[in-house]
Amino acid sequence: MNPWLNFAIESLGFGAIFMYGATGEILTEKSGHLNLGIPGIMCMGGAGGCLALCLVGGLQLPGFLVVLIGILGAILFGMLTGLIYSFLTITLRANQNVTGLALTTFGAGLSKVLFGTMDHTVYLQFSRTLFRQPFAARSDALQKLGILFYLAILVCVVASYVLMRTKVGLRLRSIGENPGTADAVGVNVTRYKYIATLIGAGIAALGGFYSIIDFEASQEAYKNLEEYGWLSVALVIFALWRPHMAIVGSIIFGFLYRCASQLTQLGGIFSAMTAQSMLKMLPYVFTIAVLIFTSIRNKRENHPPASLGLPYFREER
Amino acid sequence: MDNKIALSMRNVTKRFGKVVANRNVNLDVYQGEILAVLGENGCGKTTLMNMIAGIYFPDEGQIYKDGQEVVIRSPKDAFALKIGMIHQHFKLVDLFTASENIVLGVDEDGRYNLKNVNSQVSQIAEKYGFHIDPKKKVYDMSVSEKQTVEIIKVLYRGADLLILDEPTAVLTPQEIERLFNVLRRMKEDGKSIIIITHKLHEVLSISDRVAILRKGEHIATVNTCDATESSLTEMMVGKKVSLDIARSQPVNPQARLLVKGLNCKNAEGVQILKDVSFTANSGEILGIAGIAGSGQKELLEAIAGLQLLDSGEITFVNPKKDKPVTFFHKSLRRVKELDAQGSFHDPEGKPISFKGMKNSQIRKLVAADKVLFREDEVMSLRGRTPLEIRSLGVRLSFVPEDRLGMGLVGSMGITDNMMLRSYRKGPAGFLSRKKPKELAEEIIRELEVATPGINTPVRRLSGGNVQKVLVGREIAFAPKVLMAAYPVRGLDINSSYTIYNLLNKQKENGVAVIFVGEDLDVLLALCDRIMVINSGRVTGFVDARTTTKEEVGLLMTQTDRPAQEENE
Repeated sequence: MNPWLNFAIESLGFGAIFMYGATGEILTEKSGHLNLGIPGIMCMGGAGGCLALCLVGGLQLPGFLVVLIGILGAILFGMLTGLIYSFLTITLRANQNVTGLALTTFGAGLSKVLFGTMDHTVYLQFSRTLFRQPFAARSDALQKLGILFYLAILVCVVASYVLMRTKVGLRLRSIGENPGTADAVGVNVTRYKYIATLIGAGIAALGGFYSIIDFEASQEAYKNLEEYGWLSVALVIFALWRPHMAIVGSIIFGFLYRCASQLTQLGGIFSAMTAQSMLKMLPYVFTIAVLIFTSIRNKRENHPPASLGLPYFREER
Repeated sequence: MDNKIALSMRNVTKRFGKVVANRNVNLDVYQGEILAVLGENGCGKTTLMNMIAGIYFPDEGQIYKDGQEVVIRSPKDAFALKIGMIHQHFKLVDLFTASENIVLGVDEDGRYNLKNVNSQVSQIAEKYGFHIDPKKKVYDMSVSEKQTVEIIKVLYRGADLLILDEPTAVLTPQEIERLFNVLRRMKEDGKSIIIITHKLHEVLSISDRVAILRKGEHIATVNTCDATESSLTEMMVGKKVSLDIARSQPVNPQARLLVKGLNCKNAEGVQILKDVSFTANSGEILGIAGIAGSGQKELLEAIAGLQLLDSGEITFVNPKKDKPVTFFHKSLRRVKELDAQGSFHDPEGKPISFKGMKNSQIRKLVAADKVLFREDEVMSLRGRTPLEIRSLGVRLSFVPEDRLGMGLVGSMGITDNMMLRSYRKGPAGFLSRKKPKELAEEIIRELEVATPGINTPVRRLSGGNVQKVLVGREIAFAPKVLMAAYPVRGLDINSSYTIYNLLNKQKENGVAVIFVGEDLDVLLALCDRIMVINSGRVTGFVDARTTTKEEVGLLMTQTDRPAQEENE
């Protein structure tokens, strides 16, 4: 197989991690909540999925059930972590930035403890046999695009459709823009906020699980999750809060990051380490460039949701 | 009128804490009529309407819709009863199109089909004679278009009773005429309309009946054809309530602040101040009366250096004649500048020139009070920032309407709030906390501020105490001009009197006090002169000792009256 094509496919697979993270964060931010706990939630999602697989590892369950249990484990852990955030910021109206950052520290730490207790071979045995269907048998890069990769694209497309084409999406967006208005026309603001932040956390958690079990499939993979989480948050800005744009953005981000990790193998010409760090920086540079560009054009559609980060009190006058 | 009653309120009472917003109000609205609700600011019009729209819940009394007793606990309940309210402040999502805003929150079966909504919106618009583009984004719309969206929003939900809260306040005369035509068509269609306003000529031109509220109580409902502007004003302002404010005669009033021909526009490009001219004298309280939003806020902010002007002049006269120049807020450079204009003389009356003198010599002379002003210092304040105004030595104090927004920082304690005025004093880079702390303690003691501690965030204090802190700080600055916007709003009667007394004391000390108020009784009892402002235009100056509430009320509400010149 063509090495370039190989490389492109790998970038695609890599980008799907950010696709999950960014889609989850976009849904959350559309409800007016800035969840900086996404990296922590992704870590916890990875841990939850792998833990679930470890629990059922010894039982001879049918393949699809194992996959489902892994996915549900990831979503469950992600949502539980997200629930901490939702309760603190929606019900108690705590500061969203502080809560999110604390959650990232918490999730990253706790997930490492959980991974420390796991036998890595138990969950990794499933990655090749189950999660990388239908191309698991191939020797080229296509084998790396497993079930969860296709799910990522599906999630992006569905999220985009729901947000832009349904009444539920319209209401969710109105809450992020102006919760007072939404409340006045009878939208249940609190309920929508909870649902959006929880579903967002569940989706982001899948990104962590996907990275470990499907894409990287190594026992070291969990150590990179926090970094990927921050990239996902940057991708939200890059994608201008649009899930379908997150697909394009994640491919670009994946490509740049993949370049960075390939460079270590080149070496020689100039310090590979320096070049690698420079390349890893590029997604953030791109994000800043997008910010500058959209700020200059100043189009209202490209702005973040107007009440992002602001708690909502009905009685406040 | 042979129609059925669409809505009636019986003995409706609403309290906020100890304040009674509405007391035993009885009101009927017939089908296919336009009812105007008329009253002064703060008389409870909006509160009453909010109870019909489900924003507030009445403490006592019943509401009947189409003969049935109903309970309206939320805007959703109101919508279900076909009641729709168009608030003064629009509730729209800027980023959405007209149609998206209209369909938001409508619980209808079937799929979300924007095309369908667009055509329905166009149909409604056509039926009543609106002009609207359903696909236009709200942020691209004018105020009038936004209002149209709000009206269609309630019509789309099938409302047959519409409440409009001061719909004409933000519109141009042409837009008002268009709105009234739409309202008349709705009326012909059998819809009931309640319109809140305080513009008498609008009441007379659009409504069938008028309900008058005063201080939360329903005074009367009259047929519009039987009413005149003066009869309505009389019912609206009521009889004079005696207030016991010790008012002294102004002593030796001198022009302190001269405002000439101010014009300015707000962010939306609407002209807010139109050719405003007046003089504020020392030792006198100048009241500013007007319907809320007539330009009072912009006027005070313009003087304080917070509002950009299109044209006009603001001049401050500093009574410095024969008084020594000091370095109070004044740099050596400024003193030299003044000297170059020949502004100084020495104690014997001979002109002074600093030419050829060293800086240290000048400092010595100034410190020894040997440099006196020849004339009163006259300074233009236009185009200067608040800091520049202060560094000129103009002692101008401003008690803004928005106490915790512009006046004080809510999350800081009293001492820290005192330092907002004095943070530039003290050694470079460091703050001097001692003086502000003493001042804070003095204010707490003298004005009897009820606070758990000197460092309690002022946000946690009651409205009256917050106001005492703010006014106390501004007075401690020993102002020459003191501007206070609605300083007693939301205060109980005792706190109000504390504030009145403080203002009176300042007046006796020779300060030029400018008092923006809403309660005509207070304005008449407290001020020496009253300037009436109406839609950004000065409609008259009256002597507070001889005028009547009716006279001021008419000046406040009539729009066809030509602007009067100030007669000194």
